[in-house]
Amino acid sequence: MQIEKNAMAGTLESSDALVTVEPGEGSVELEISSSVMNQYGRQIRATVLETLDRLGVTGGRVTVVDKGALDCTLKARVECAVMRSCGKSDAGIPWGGVIR
Amino acid sequence: MKNAVGREIPDFLLEGGKEVYQGKNYMDGKYVQKAAPRTRIYERPQESKIVETIADALRQCGARDGMTFSFHHHLRNGDFVVNMVMKAAIEELGLKDLTIAATSLGEAHDPIAEYIEEGKVVGIQTSGIRGRMGQVVSEGKLKTPAIIRSHGGRPRAIEAGEVHIDIAFVAAPTSDCVGNSRGIGGKSNCGSLGYAMTDAKYADHVVVITDCLVDFPNMPASVEAIDVDAVVVVDSIGNPKKIASAAARISQNPRDLMMAENVAKVIASTPYFKEGFSFQTGVGGPSLAANLFLEKYMDERGIKMGWAIGGICGPMVELLKKGKVGKVIDVQDFDLDAVNSINQTPGHYEMSASQYANPANKGAFVNKLDFVVLAALEIDTGFNVNVLTGSDGVLRGAPGGHPDTAAGSKVCIIVTPLIRGRMATVCEKVVTVTTPGDCVDVLVTDYGIAVNPLRPDLIKCLDDAGIPHVTIESLKEKAYSIVGRPDDVQFEDKVVAVLEARDGTILDVVRQIKPYTFED
Amino acid sequence: MIKRPKPERFRLRRTMMFMNAQKPGLIKDAYIYGCDSIMLDLEDAVAENQKDAARFSLYHALTTIDYGSTEVIVRINGLDTPHWQEDIRVCVAGGADGIRIAKCESAQDVKTVEAAVEAAEKEFGVEVGRTLLMAALESPKGILNAYEICCASDRLFGVAISGGDFRKCMQTKFDPSGIDMLAARGQMLLAARAAGVQCFDTVFTDLDDEAGFEAEVRQNKAMGFDGKSLINPKQIRLVHELFAPTEKEVAQAEAIVRAYREQSAAGVGVFTVNGKMIDIAFIPGAERTLRLAKACGMYEGELV
Repeated sequence: MQIEKNAMAGTLESSDALVTVEPGEGSVELEISSSVMNQYGRQIRATVLETLDRLGVTGGRVTVVDKGALDCTLKARVECAVMRSCGKSDAGIPWGGVIR
Repeated sequence: MKNAVGREIPDFLLEGGKEVYQGKNYMDGKYVQKAAPRTRIYERPQESKIVETIADALRQCGARDGMTFSFHHHLRNGDFVVNMVMKAAIEELGLKDLTIAATSLGEAHDPIAEYIEEGKVVGIQTSGIRGRMGQVVSEGKLKTPAIIRSHGGRPRAIEAGEVHIDIAFVAAPTSDCVGNSRGIGGKSNCGSLGYAMTDAKYADHVVVITDCLVDFPNMPASVEAIDVDAVVVVDSIGNPKKIASAAARISQNPRDLMMAENVAKVIASTPYFKEGFSFQTGVGGPSLAANLFLEKYMDERGIKMGWAIGGICGPMVELLKKGKVGKVIDVQDFDLDAVNSINQTPGHYEMSASQYANPANKGAFVNKLDFVVLAALEIDTGFNVNVLTGSDGVLRGAPGGHPDTAAGSKVCIIVTPLIRGRMATVCEKVVTVTTPGDCVDVLVTDYGIAVNPLRPDLIKCLDDAGIPHVTIESLKEKAYSIVGRPDDVQFEDKVVAVLEARDGTILDVVRQIKPYTFED
Repeated sequence: MIKRPKPERFRLRRTMMFMNAQKPGLIKDAYIYGCDSIMLDLEDAVAENQKDAARFSLYHALTTIDYGSTEVIVRINGLDTPHWQEDIRVCVAGGADGIRIAKCESAQDVKTVEAAVEAAEKEFGVEVGRTLLMAALESPKGILNAYEICCASDRLFGVAISGGDFRKCMQTKFDPSGIDMLAARGQMLLAARAAGVQCFDTVFTDLDDEAGFEAEVRQNKAMGFDGKSLINPKQIRLVHELFAPTEKEVAQAEAIVRAYREQSAAGVGVFTVNGKMIDIAFIPGAERTLRLAKACGMYEGELV
């Protein structure tokens, strides 16, 4: 799956993250800001990259503004943003497949 | 050199005989030579000590480069006085190399950060540091390491001559023309002036700054004219809205209430919970809410609290008025209910910081305390508590009376949620030790209670009362299972702050923060 | 991935606490307050344009967060919306213990959901029959059809009345006496007991009215409800306190169960406990009292 148009998911509330995706070629350009950067920056990046990889996203720009979200929330926000960018977020989601 | 809480203290800090932390009660029985101030004789009768401006007062007190100015924090985040004084000293008198020795500093003092960056302020000694100032100190911009002391450690250091105050500034809600000062009766009331008392007695010079001049004599005075050199009348010493909140409300947050209830359960399970017991609580959500549940247990058992100390707010005053606590002795007030009660409600008294918490004097209240309920930013598996540095290693807190009450009390209970956002409050190793684990007895979290293995007596109390408890390690593991195991915060080598234990030994150091990168 | 144990159709459900499935800060540890069931809400709490996002949150919450012995139920969107089918897929795939059918009006509604649940169980390799159902009755029609709804599926463990919508349909408003919903509550309770399923009362929304809440919970217990829906953790304690059996009831139940086990091992069917004739008909009630007592921390024995 590739990012087809600009989309976002999540909020800037505490324990959440706002994920924005924009289409692009070549590679994934990832920008992260986080209220817990010093202790979890690497884990946040790894979680986001793994999730994008699982979804098959190979290019585009992904921005994560993290407010202390747990990994499960980060995944949910990235998946939703990417699916929304493809207009596929409403039905027939591959639960337990690439969404896991 | 490693200290008793396992922290490596650099040798250069131990030059001149400073010691590393050895465990609680280490100084017991030793002697101290108190340092007396050098003060001016005012033999000729004076009609008034009022001078026109702060700059005039500074000149009169012989202000010069390299001096140490002291301040107190009763005006809390509403304080204008620190900024006014430092502005006059630096911008009008052109002074430099100044040290600020404050009982605490907060976001109200953001403008001081600039003086630090310009090198005009070269030293900070305080209990709390937050906001811009915390940031620039953490970035290594203060010329000498900041010294962080508890509320009891500070008067100890002053009395021992480790801090010499050249000029003490007293922010006084009311003063008369010769400097008898009180915390009430004016337009920027703060109640107790307990933290200013030791400063006024041990400073070479004392300047009272007030926005409400009252008739002589302003009695009973918290800071007495006998110690005051000059009085300056200004338009406003602070923002009343930020000095004392309307009323500290007991939290309605269900998580706070659940923890508070467990705190009360733990207290009620110990033998110290009996007629006349003594108590201190913080004003944080769950700590303050403990009052509510404690009252229920007191009613059930038909007992009353003998006395309470601390920073005081409305709910404690309420208990006093209901006759459920005998006396309230007060070093600072947090809300208008407390401000309006001190020295008015029978049984509500003021005390100095030294009387409150100084480990080197002969009768500090904390040493008679049965229970204290405190918060924490972090607590590790050795029960060491951090209330100073954030998860990013930046200074943004205050030990305050935490280490003093923890050490003095029979039962010290820390109450905190297990995680905040993604931060594990219960962790393997706190970023900075501000209260050593040998002073902390019980941890109450929203995921369970842990008792320090150093207190088998309390473990038995909880078991007998059927209160479930777990090991602190299991709480840490639970936290990490939810948020993931955090990376260690990265620091540069430079020491930016020294954490002094209340007895004057070195508990920990804070180093300069390192900008975060994704590289390993 | 967290594997939740197979849900029990009949278990203790004194308190069911609603939580917005879209709020990460809320759902991450709602179980710590000790409610019997949490109700993750995909329906009213979630804005129309966030239904998709809520499902992603829900899926990862269900598969990552260890809710322990707290039952996890999901309230799905109504059958008149475009959302309910995907809601069912995510619930089943994520391993939710049960699904609450919103605005249920007939046995057919239950069967429609049951068919979709079964299809999802097959799609996601979940044991067929694992996912439980409950029905929310929110309209006069739902109340009138309560008995057929209660009997509509072996998966169905209970019914709940939803006060807000029901009062709207009836053109009444909340009355502290409960008169506004007396008939509906009664009818639903009769149907549930006749069908042998559980029955739950609606939420009490005024968090500041503690006396009103207590009065309603007392009435719920007196009427025979199994439990109550809640909107805030601070309501849990009172329900658990008021639903707890008395010490005398616990002692009596313990004596009955103990005597029954001893006597039946010896082949005796009818016997006396404290001067009262007891036979097998008393046993389920006594065991229920002991289970309740255990959950309330009043009984620590091994009989249940």
